[in-house]
Amino acid sequence: MKDWGYSILKGRQIDFENNDFSIAEYITKHEPSFRWCIGCGSCTATCSAARLTDFNPRKLKLLIQRGEIKGLADEIAKCMLCGKCQLVCPRGINTRNVIQNIKRALNTCHAL
Amino acid sequence: MAINSQHIVIIGGGPAGLEAASCLGTAGYRVTVLEKEKQTGGKLLIWDKLFPEFRNSDKVLNHLSNGFKTNPPQILTNAEVVSVIPENGQHRINLRDGQAFQADTVLITTGFKLYNAEKKEEYGYQIYENVITSFDLEKQLKTGNPIRIEAGLTPRRIAFIHCVGSRDIKSGNIYCSRTCCITGVKQAIEIKRRLSDAEVFNFYMDLRMFGQNFEELYIEAQQKWGVTFIRGRVSEIAENKDNSLQLKAEDTLSGRPIKMSFDLVVLLAGMVPEPRTVEIGKSAGLEFTSGNFLAGLDSHISQNETNTPGIFIAGTCREPLSVAETLTDARAATVKMISWLRENETSHKKPLIKRDND
Amino acid sequence: MHFNLFVVPFTAGMLILVILLTVRYIKWLSDLEAGNRNEIGGNLFTIKTLYAIREVFMESLLHRKVFKTNPLLGYMHMSLAFGWFLLIVVGKLETFFYTGKFANEFYYPVFFRFFEPTPHKSSLLLAFNALMDFVLLVVLSGIVIAILRRFRPRIAGMKKITKHSPGDRLALIALWLIFPLRLLSESATAGYSGNGSFMTQSVGNFMALFLPVHQLAIVFWWMYSISLGLFMVSIPFSRYMHIPTEILLIFLRNWGIKTKDHFSGFSEIEIQSCSRCGICIDTCQMNSQGKNSTTQMVYFLRDYRYNQLRPDLTDNCLLCGRCNEACPVGIDLTQHRLLQRKKKEFELPSGFKYLPVNQSVEKTDVIYFAGCMSHLSPVISRSMEKIFKTAKISYLFLDKNGSVCCGRPLKISGQFEAAQKLVASNRQQIIASGAKILVTSCPICYKSFKEDYHLNIRVLHHSEYLLELMLQKKLALHPSGKKVVYHDPCELGRGSDIYIQPRMLLSHFMELETIDQEKENALCCGGSLGNLSINPEERNAIQMATAGYLNSVDPEIIATSCPMCKKSIAQFSATPVKDIAELVVANLEALSESQKSLKHHKVGQTIEI
Repeated sequence: MKDWGYSILKGRQIDFENNDFSIAEYITKHEPSFRWCIGCGSCTATCSAARLTDFNPRKLKLLIQRGEIKGLADEIAKCMLCGKCQLVCPRGINTRNVIQNIKRALNTCHAL
Repeated sequence: MAINSQHIVIIGGGPAGLEAASCLGTAGYRVTVLEKEKQTGGKLLIWDKLFPEFRNSDKVLNHLSNGFKTNPPQILTNAEVVSVIPENGQHRINLRDGQAFQADTVLITTGFKLYNAEKKEEYGYQIYENVITSFDLEKQLKTGNPIRIEAGLTPRRIAFIHCVGSRDIKSGNIYCSRTCCITGVKQAIEIKRRLSDAEVFNFYMDLRMFGQNFEELYIEAQQKWGVTFIRGRVSEIAENKDNSLQLKAEDTLSGRPIKMSFDLVVLLAGMVPEPRTVEIGKSAGLEFTSGNFLAGLDSHISQNETNTPGIFIAGTCREPLSVAETLTDARAATVKMISWLRENETSHKKPLIKRDND
Repeated sequence: MHFNLFVVPFTAGMLILVILLTVRYIKWLSDLEAGNRNEIGGNLFTIKTLYAIREVFMESLLHRKVFKTNPLLGYMHMSLAFGWFLLIVVGKLETFFYTGKFANEFYYPVFFRFFEPTPHKSSLLLAFNALMDFVLLVVLSGIVIAILRRFRPRIAGMKKITKHSPGDRLALIALWLIFPLRLLSESATAGYSGNGSFMTQSVGNFMALFLPVHQLAIVFWWMYSISLGLFMVSIPFSRYMHIPTEILLIFLRNWGIKTKDHFSGFSEIEIQSCSRCGICIDTCQMNSQGKNSTTQMVYFLRDYRYNQLRPDLTDNCLLCGRCNEACPVGIDLTQHRLLQRKKKEFELPSGFKYLPVNQSVEKTDVIYFAGCMSHLSPVISRSMEKIFKTAKISYLFLDKNGSVCCGRPLKISGQFEAAQKLVASNRQQIIASGAKILVTSCPICYKSFKEDYHLNIRVLHHSEYLLELMLQKKLALHPSGKKVVYHDPCELGRGSDIYIQPRMLLSHFMELETIDQEKENALCCGGSLGNLSINPEERNAIQMATAGYLNSVDPEIIATSCPMCKKSIAQFSATPVKDIAELVVANLEALSESQKSLKHHKVGQTIEI
């Protein structure tokens, strides 16, 4: 997913008024630690998948929170759920459950 | 000069304890300083130069001992306090060797302990040869010898890792140790001063340049010394065959993982409370902050008073502080102590110092 | 022909029960996995069937395992189950000796004292009479404990007791009434006819003093029959379904049937065999340390039966396996939780296109696979590399620069299909290397390699491998006298039955302390990847409690053999926590240190062990 987060069709701004926040709301409801992130990037640094492909859990989370969810399903499917991010997260975010809830949200409330 | 008969015991002869002792001495009180080490001065003895203006730590130490010209305190070294027990409106201070002191009021200035960086095993402190802490680096700087890595070579690329054991729920410390950011900047500059060819990188989550001239020092590090700042927390370090170190972080501003090799990695380990402070605090019935530092009575108006009347706290035993802040805090505490002593003056007259040599 | 209208409720209840059970059992048995029927056929006429019969007697009737957990609770279950069984068997024998023939109406023994009010003459029948009274007394004592326990769980040594559904409560009340009503019926009959024994006759005589026992007796017999009938009918709709189903379970299990990666008829039988004794509530650390007493297996199975599974019941579990070990019925509880996690909603088909395919790998005899987590405890893989060097073994460190995850974390989160893709990627590399031995430092990887990879090579956890090297004299370890306690990682211990090897290795060069909760009963470190929705406070509470528990024997070192356990415990332990490989290296280095002359002594390199 080369253009993920860099859509060229839309305007360059994050269209905060019109973006889709339903996934962010779903995750926050089911795993409140989703909101604790300070964007340090430890998760991406240690990520087993990020070593092999263009995958960035920190950015993913941020974009979901901004309502930018285009291509999310293909992106999140890259996660191996190995749990390294959970061990390094300085905020103690339950990252694996965040990922599971993203998947659940995609499969239950969105046909993306 | 009239000496007040009331007796003050200060536990800890670091910057806070010594500054308070000189203030209280000048005000005419009898002061005893109990220092657990064989020498007073605390961690200033380890430190080479102080941020932000690279002042020699000796200068501050000299200032502290100059304060004792009038009415010097009694200083006991190798005196390790184990408990402080409130007793008949006074306080009984028990030492490890069995000695005991009686005081009208007690000031606890036991300072901090460096976070044990071994606990963050993914950084490999004490596993990899060339991973050191900011303390280790400071000791090396103090010798005045050229900076060398374990194999005796000159390091060409050096990394500073911020927030080691601070702002990290996994190490049990969610608080910010405050002074590591500026320490990283200061030490980065010192390395550049000695090794102008070296590349120096700071890996940080946020840079908190709160103090006077701190931001200026950060700018100087970028402009004058070419120190590089990468916004990303290091997740782990691996050692290469040649003992150089491979860091993994995300360069969050470019949004991509970064993999780099370094000759030397400096961990900016945070401040944690001294275990001894916790023991003493418990014996005196004091309260603690969520980070297990000693808690003041109120976070705005009485930071130096505690929930046990007559026991005061100052310096890094109550929260992470810089040297400058520590000295200010110690002076603030003495004002509160003096007014407390005045209020409680008439209630009793006891022998000044009672020593039980058993 | 013995008949009275009051036998109808009991008889009807019994018939309904038999019909319902037959229908269900046929359904479940036909839902067995392919191959299971062959397995049953192959094992039917073997010693395994005798083992099953013995197990039915020991567990379903005597409740030996419950006894082991708690004698009073065991007595309660035994008095009810075995007592009732004896009432049926002895009652039947009594009618045989009385009438001389074996065939009679099947309700006849149940209501024997009503139909035969004339007092016995022969000493044999009198003895039977007394025996029946005695057994009834035993059952009644069990009922008394059960009732007391419901209101004060601690009486039977339990901190928490299962909370039941309304259907269960109805069945429970029917069950509680059966035996007191039997006592009243038989006593009332004895009160006017004199056919009772030591207990029923005494109670009957007492009742006769102030009650019209003759008229009352028929009322009590009616109530007795109704309560029996009610209980029979409620069995298929309540937890008491476990009584007949457990027997079936024991036979099938002895014939080698297990719940594997698919939910089968056998799984259904396992689930229906849960008696809801609640032993799994106390043993669960989510309850004892995490203060969560709503997601234990007993509730999971209950809500599964009633089709009311909530997500937290499937997700909020460490999968540590402690309940498996404690379960007196021997249900593979964690496997059931795992199967319920297997849901389509987590599968996203597009993933893992980036995985390496057909990679060429260096040829080697031994592969070392550290595992994802070990990369965050680099001292482990470093120690292993030093050990390989010392033992002069050429090896390939397959995931030196990071790994493709073994797949188990995905699997235990319910994504069986996605996990298979990771398995395939790693498997290709392992096979391509031509290795004969695969050594891993991570118990999670280990279990995955063993169970999901179908490799035709030896798979060893490093604790097994190090023991082997030591026994082959490739590692010279020397006693240090240090006091060590060993923490069993869940996936390695309960998950893979590796208990002895690390202990043999450690006790060779250290003083290995024993601790109450170890091996099968070891505590979980709390770090488990098995739990998806645990909150940080609960996780910390478990980690802290386990660290505290291991520290309670005052060890100099806490040893373990899992990077995750090491991290979890170290976070809250004053005593250093070391991996078993680290301890081996420290011992090797201490020796070579002491052999070197003092001149070469290097400050900061001293190793204490």
